[in-house]
Amino acid sequence: MEGVDRLFERMVNEHKDRVFATSLAMTGNRHDAEEVAQDTFFRAYRALGTYSPERIRDLKERAWLHRIAVNVVRNRVRGVKPSLVELNGSESDHSPGPEAQAMERMQLDELATRVAELPVRYREAVVLRHVRDLSYAEVAEALGQPVGTVKANVHRGLKLLRGDNDDRLDD
Amino acid sequence: MIDLTTDLKRLGAVKAPPGFAERVLAQVGMADSYARFETVLGDVYVAWNRLGVSAAARSASAAEFEEWFGKDVGRPLQAASPPADLGKKIQDELNGKRRMRFDLRGLTPFEQAVLRKTRQIPRGEVRPYGWVAREIGRPAAVRAVGSALAHNPIPYFIPCHRVVRTDGQIGNYGGGGPEAKKAILTLEGVRLNRLQEMAKAGYRYQGVRTTKIFCYPTCYTGRHALEKNIVWLHDEATARAAGFRPCKVCRPAVVA
Repeated sequence: MEGVDRLFERMVNEHKDRVFATSLAMTGNRHDAEEVAQDTFFRAYRALGTYSPERIRDLKERAWLHRIAVNVVRNRVRGVKPSLVELNGSESDHSPGPEAQAMERMQLDELATRVAELPVRYREAVVLRHVRDLSYAEVAEALGQPVGTVKANVHRGLKLLRGDNDDRLDD
Repeated sequence: MIDLTTDLKRLGAVKAPPGFAERVLAQVGMADSYARFETVLGDVYVAWNRLGVSAAARSASAAEFEEWFGKDVGRPLQAASPPADLGKKIQDELNGKRRMRFDLRGLTPFEQAVLRKTRQIPRGEVRPYGWVAREIGRPAAVRAVGSALAHNPIPYFIPCHRVVRTDGQIGNYGGGGPEAKKAILTLEGVRLNRLQEMAKAGYRYQGVRTTKIFCYPTCYTGRHALEKNIVWLHDEATARAAGFRPCKVCRPAVVA
């Protein structure tokens, strides 16, 4: 029990930012992102308790946590699209920083929202490949898809994001 | 949005919100919480988690305690209102009743053994560092016992102040220096002057003529002996030669 607790604690500290950033890109807003990230770690903790020492030793933590995160998102957002309205709602968990930081944050949050609006198969591929910076092989492994499929999905996802962007400029 | 992939990478560098790790650990019952308690020793900050009490310090402020905890224990910490019975437990502990559970994760097995053994020293008594070392089966590790006690994260409740030097000097104390150590021992009823007087003269044990038993000077079994029946003894050999056997309670030597 103690061993698992210590392992888990280290895992949380080491991976919290990555898991949160991934969740943000997958859900499109910080509120849902925190729920997803927290749920991801909660499931990870419960799973660790059932794993044998060998399995824990051989664990590829990053890939494993992201697979859990992807599943959490798949299970919860089925059919529910995040909206810009949610994004602009007031949030209490951040302190107001300098203006430039706030601008950057807004831009990133907006980008996250647009990523989150991609169809699931493109979104997962784009997030893991470009937001998470995993190699195509790693993405393929995490998603259980062939590398070719992943490449195509990333390509189409990026194209959609760019197209979306152009539409906005035309408005 | 000049370069989409660069922006996506920046999105990947977003940080988790403040307090996120604490909330995650709290969800599985692992985060440490802390509160300030008024005790006979003054204000003591105590941290706890689901495994038990994890740290204590007489810090000047909450900020100071948080900083110390971060450096010494290195886990996330949040202020909280304590469980209903913790205040009572703290008072009981300081009055000599042992009711607390401790979380000693993060310490080595040796350090844990030292602290567990130290906890067995009754209120009002003291033992030398060498006693702890011998009792945990590492008689040569006297210095290591000293440094393990110096890093005791839960002073007062794990009574490292009850471990002193054989030469009668009080020894160092992480919980506020030698003066604080003396003050706490006096509060607990240890007759420090007598103890130091004996030690300076080179006496380490006291024997009781009527029972033919020798003890550490503070052992409660010898507390009611009449002064005229008490003999001060230099070492185990002279004690045994004079017909004394070691006390089975304070174990000043291996019982033959």
